[in-house]
Amino acid sequence: MIRTLLRIHWTNLRRDRVAQLLAFVVPMAFFTIFALIFGGRGNSVTRRVHVAVVDESRTAVSRRLVRALKAEKSLVVLTRARAGGGSRDTARVPIDRARAERLVRDGEVPLALVLPAGLDTSLARFDGGGMPVQLLSDPSDPIAPQVVGGMLQKVVMTAMPDLFLQRGIGQFERYTGGLTPKQRTAVDQWLPMLRARAEGDSTGGGSARAGAGGDSSGAAGGDSARAAAMSGMAKVEVVPVLGRKQDTGMISFYAAAIAVMFLLFTASAVAGTLLDEVDSGTLERVLSTRVGMTGLLAGKWTWLTLLGMSQITVMFVYAMLAFRLDLLHHLPGFAVMTFFTAATAAAFGLFLASMCRTRAQLGGISMLIILVMSALGGSMFPRIFMTAAMQKAGLVTFNAWALDGYVKVFWREAPLTALLPQVGMLAGFMVVFLALARLFARRWERV
Amino acid sequence: MQAMAVLRVEDAKKAFGATQALSGVSLELGEGELLGLLGPNGAGKTTLVRALAGRVRLDGGTVELFGRRLSATETRDGLGVVPQEIALYPLLTARENLEAFGSFNGLRGAALRDRVAWALEWTGLSERAREPIRRFSGGMRRRLNIACGVLHEPRVILLDEPTAGVDPQSRERIYEMLDRLRARGVSMLLTTHQLDEAEARCRRIVIVDHGRVIAAGTLGDLVRDTVGARRVVTVKLDRAPATPIEGLTGEGDGTIWSGPVRDVDADLATVLQRVAAAGRTVADLEVRQPSLQSVFLHLTGRELRE
Repeated sequence: MIRTLLRIHWTNLRRDRVAQLLAFVVPMAFFTIFALIFGGRGNSVTRRVHVAVVDESRTAVSRRLVRALKAEKSLVVLTRARAGGGSRDTARVPIDRARAERLVRDGEVPLALVLPAGLDTSLARFDGGGMPVQLLSDPSDPIAPQVVGGMLQKVVMTAMPDLFLQRGIGQFERYTGGLTPKQRTAVDQWLPMLRARAEGDSTGGGSARAGAGGDSSGAAGGDSARAAAMSGMAKVEVVPVLGRKQDTGMISFYAAAIAVMFLLFTASAVAGTLLDEVDSGTLERVLSTRVGMTGLLAGKWTWLTLLGMSQITVMFVYAMLAFRLDLLHHLPGFAVMTFFTAATAAAFGLFLASMCRTRAQLGGISMLIILVMSALGGSMFPRIFMTAAMQKAGLVTFNAWALDGYVKVFWREAPLTALLPQVGMLAGFMVVFLALARLFARRWERV
Repeated sequence: MQAMAVLRVEDAKKAFGATQALSGVSLELGEGELLGLLGPNGAGKTTLVRALAGRVRLDGGTVELFGRRLSATETRDGLGVVPQEIALYPLLTARENLEAFGSFNGLRGAALRDRVAWALEWTGLSERAREPIRRFSGGMRRRLNIACGVLHEPRVILLDEPTAGVDPQSRERIYEMLDRLRARGVSMLLTTHQLDEAEARCRRIVIVDHGRVIAAGTLGDLVRDTVGARRVVTVKLDRAPATPIEGLTGEGDGTIWSGPVRDVDADLATVLQRVAAAGRTVADLEVRQPSLQSVFLHLTGRELRE
């Protein structure tokens, strides 16, 4: 009996492509995506933190520090930016504090590092005094300040050992009395050597850096980095430039992220009624009335858009009530993003439903596509924490553009005009999905 | 011939790939007529109905409605279509379904409200107008299915198996509803697998097979043109005979024997003599006119549901 049952189930599985897809292909697809997001696959694609550096000190020490930071593999240091903003233009000017703040606020970089005037007397003081190095941060990326803070400590120790020694001896002399003339001579002779070697390391290859400081990524994570950011060789002060909404900024992101993912599931499920209507003969009947296929799809798209807008609104209102999300001050941007997100998701659902032959096929395919889109597009894991390559790959999904738009509205407080790239892309996706849905739906028209 | 034709199909042809679904079908539907369209599965009935409804583009031939030639794509406002499937929205109530299909057919405002009220009364569903139809019995859904197709007062209705899967009582009720429409002069083309229904309800019958009309006319015409004037004689004997009775075929436990006779006057006596010769006596006797079933079998060589 068991043998017979096994044979029946095996035959069913063999003949059910959707079941095979769900059982074997979907898990592998997910594994691949998450492995790419979290696994790194080597340094070439590991996330590097972009940091703008403002040198207000303009001394030999600050220049050495900047050079040393630039030599760090895990950082992309920007010291110049396009005059009108942005960081990837060729006609660039040195970044000052105001420009650095704008870069962070606009999301061009997650962090800016300000080396204050008087830096020379602030590093490696051991007494906690002096001017702090300021990290102008975007709190939506809590990792970047820790990486850069830790990296700064490491760089001061490994790239500026002469300064470290000099200040250390100064402290030593302060509390224990001065060095003997012989000791002083030895230290004075050693300092230039240390400095020369350190500068060689800063401008040299990877092996020299490894010798000087070890694996830079080790300083980036965990308790050691946090501790270094608090005190250590360089006094660091984290200044959130978008700090007012620090407690609710990520709430808006996750409200949008989850809403968009479930919007897609809802859209494909509701659009699937098209297939139910095909099976029941209702579609044939409706099409034999005055209603044409274009009108029918338009009706369904309108309904799905309204449903999606309600779904997102409910999510954000809940976030406002339960998590103090500041919805009321962002209503215009929210309305624009919600309309385009819901309309695009509706078009996507219709496209999937018109593409599939059966409900079962729709269930399997939509689950695969939506989960992959959500993983890549940042609905499951914020794209800002992904590698640059994965962040770029995510832009093929409409989730990514929708979420970027919501982040601009709620986090960066961008004006409506700043939403143009996101809205434009969503509208483009929407037109393509609707056109494809109409094309596939031709098979249900007159034959 | 029937009254003025409200629907005329001339030489309709349609192929799906290598399959020729319609090979030149022609028929006419008279005003106020209920025309039966019969044929085995795959004969082309559904393709013909879909072509009439504007859902299939014919490769050749013409369709005229009220004397006007229809293009494949134009809206058929004067036509009502009642599909074989219960093509309704299951979560909607009876009233909501009627409103939806009325609206799809161009009814608005007071006209729509009036027609919905009429349809609820016509189907006997006024009491349950606010219930989702998934709670309805098969017969109730069938009635509503028909109502949704006639709400916009079409003068010609295409009925595809309107009584499929319902009990005899519900079937009778459906035909009462249809009779009320016919009394108003509405014409109907009825496809059905119920030969007794076609026999009883339709004055004229069209039989299609392999995409062409193989016979058309009244039941009398069809019988005369196919099996002729023969009758079927059935005798019930007191007990089974020891040897077969010449000219008859035994059934069941061997006491029932039947067979065709050309001339009742002349041949019935012969049948009775053969029974007597077999040493048996007749307990009961029936003489029947050949049914549509006989005609159908004669024409197509197969049962309707094969």
